[in-house]
Amino acid sequence: MAPLLQSSQPWVEKYRPKQVKDVAHQDEVVRVLTNTLETTSCPHMLFYGPPGTGKTTTALAIAHQLYGPELYKSRVLELNASDDRGINVVRTKIKDFAAVAVGSAQRKGGYPCPPYKIIILDEADSMTEDAQNALRRTMETYSKVTRFFFICNYVSRIIEPLASRCAKFRFKPMSEEIMSSRISYICKEEGLNLDEEGLSTLSFISQGDLRRAITYLQVVPAEVVQALLAACKGGNFDLANKEVNNVIAEGYPVSQMLSQLFDAIVEADDILDEQKARISKKVGEADKCLVDGADEYLQLLDVVSITIRALTPV
Amino acid sequence: MLWLDKYRPKTLDRILVHEEIAQNLKKLVTEQDCPHLLFYGPPGSGKKTLIMALIRQMFGPGAEKVKVENRTWKVDAGSRSIDIELTTLSSTNHVELSPSDAGFQDRYVVQEIIKEMAKNRPIDTKGKKGYKVLVLNEVDKLSREAQHSLRRTMEKYSAYCRLILCCNSSSRVTEAIRSRCLNVRINAPSEEQIVKVLEFIGKKEGLQLPPGFASRIAEKSNRSLRRAILSFETCHVQQYPFTSKQAISPMDWEEYISEIASDIMNEQSPKRLYQVRGKLYELLSNCIPPEIILKRLLYELLRKLDVELKHEVCHWAAYYEHRMRLGQKAIFHIEAFVAKFMSIYKDFLITTFG
Ligand SMILES: Nc1ncnc2c1ncn2[C@@H]1O[C@H](COP(=O)(O)OP(=O)(O)OP(=O)(O)O)[C@@H](O)[C@H]1O
Ligand SMILES: Nc1ncnc2c1ncn2[C@@H]1O[C@H](COP(=O)(O)OP(=O)(O)OP(=O)(O)O)[C@@H](O)[C@H]1O
Ligand SMILES: [Mg+2]
Ligand SMILES: [Mg+2]
Repeated sequence: MAPLLQSSQPWVEKYRPKQVKDVAHQDEVVRVLTNTLETTSCPHMLFYGPPGTGKTTTALAIAHQLYGPELYKSRVLELNASDDRGINVVRTKIKDFAAVAVGSAQRKGGYPCPPYKIIILDEADSMTEDAQNALRRTMETYSKVTRFFFICNYVSRIIEPLASRCAKFRFKPMSEEIMSSRISYICKEEGLNLDEEGLSTLSFISQGDLRRAITYLQVVPAEVVQALLAACKGGNFDLANKEVNNVIAEGYPVSQMLSQLFDAIVEADDILDEQKARISKKVGEADKCLVDGADEYLQLLDVVSITIRALTPV
Repeated sequence: MLWLDKYRPKTLDRILVHEEIAQNLKKLVTEQDCPHLLFYGPPGSGKKTLIMALIRQMFGPGAEKVKVENRTWKVDAGSRSIDIELTTLSSTNHVELSPSDAGFQDRYVVQEIIKEMAKNRPIDTKGKKGYKVLVLNEVDKLSREAQHSLRRTMEKYSAYCRLILCCNSSSRVTEAIRSRCLNVRINAPSEEQIVKVLEFIGKKEGLQLPPGFASRIAEKSNRSLRRAILSFETCHVQQYPFTSKQAISPMDWEEYISEIASDIMNEQSPKRLYQVRGKLYELLSNCIPPEIILKRLLYELLRKLDVELKHEVCHWAAYYEHRMRLGQKAIFHIEAFVAKFMSIYKDFLITTFG
């Protein structure tokens, strides 16, 4: 057998908090779950919020802390979007797991081991409505011996009958402060010195690390947004088209561009409310088209064209 | 060998454009932990070149010994089992594939095939890297379901497997995926940078370039390095020694679309529409992607139009391209755009000239 490899986990996994108390910035859920660790009572849970805010981390941590390594496998079922969770799986695999009876509460090896199992449905917003509906019965029938944890980005994608049976927790986006303190913690652990060169490497790296830090990188430089807006104000279609071509060639994500253009327009003092309204409506439509997979160049050009017309006095 | 391949830089140190990114990537794999990566940027900007050089940096020259295979997988799709065929390119340490080739079955590629690949420990544990690399092309073409399916896999098996994702439009990649990667934006090289590359190739080939020749090619390349190198080589085949007046011919299909644009401008009638349809079919059957056809057609029309109409026409192009995404048959939507244009243009002619 090959020798065990050195841990080559990327930092984002290596520094995933293992205990509920180490989850930063989500005080409410941490408080409730800390209580669960003492009393072992736990409702069905629904965690929702933007990517990289600790939802999966929290669910895995509480499950591990409740059962410990020995019982974990038999007591916890984790299913995520990489598993098939169609209606068939709900009717068979999930139901079978939910139905298994478990012994009464008994502390084992220092773990509370409550008398129920946990089913974690991560990325639950990718489950079809049919599959979710099929879950209702299972949830009701076996609620004595099974707790469900639903995790998703968009709470609106979880059908009401499921959502209403859960205690809901919204995970807040990380603040910059928390992120940078987390990054310097990791640097310390890794023995990295934050000298200038290190810092530039780090700012390159950290974006992939503390997941939420990504938003920094995704930002389109303000000059680029201003140049596009200026071209719109200039009123010349061809020049504005050139600017749009430039945005595309530079590879800036158009969805991000739209949201920054929107901010710039809403904040502008020299644009009338009615003009702002016309432009905003188009930005919204284009954003939806992008979600549908429409072409970035054409959508941005369409927005720019409307903006030019909205801003040009007739 | 085409110059495109012959002069593709093999190592991060030899990269001529995006040098800074190349150096950062080098630091990343030599000194640090390497996260999942997402490379995005316009076509022909050099993403693939960087990715290959990066993999070589990770695993050494062995990474260049790749084999291409057409493989078939049997996967369980609910109650039945289906066959999925994909082309993979692999070395001992990495596998490259385009999961979106499986079309609407792409979810199974992610749930079954990629997950399985990610789970397995690297074959070669002698190297100092404890992980292998999976390169996934065109992730912007993956369905939402398929993208969701990738999320937990990226976390669970990350100790053994790093993903390198590559795409043109990052807007089409969900935030959840983007936030799991270090995002690397590869912009299209500037015309000056393209000139630099062309001059480098010219020197290696021992060619004399008349003044301004390289920059004329660069100008016409639409900032695509691939395009520039290709037309440089075409020029060389057509006529050498180069002359300063030598024409830099556009691609065949572009010329063809320019003809279509003239057809449409010259006559707006059902008969003409019918003729245009034939030409559009011709383009599609030559595998020119429909959105490229539509964008090029718009480009040609905008060159010929009055300002007033430009706004309206670009709106309809965006409108029909969006419908094309939602629909099944591209030809319907391109044709609808042409018909719409004809009607707008005819109206315009009547109101202006009576
Ligand atoms: N609240 C937090 N406290 C400490 N670290 C965090 C927190 N949130 C995220 N992280 C860091 O980011 C990584 C990703 O977090 P996690 O997997 O929990 O995100 P998520 O909310 O499940 O996101 P997604 O919706 O994309 O699945 C963790 O491994 C950890 O390193
Ligand atoms: N940094 C570079 N220095 C010199 N030549 C380069 C560089 N990057 C790319 N090239 C040349 O440009 C060509 C196109 O680059 P590449 O295949 O990497 O583009 P790409 O971004 O992957 O495009 P697409 O999105 O269309 O697949 C290569 O064949 C190579 O010859
Ligand atoms: Mg998660
Ligand atoms: Mg490529």
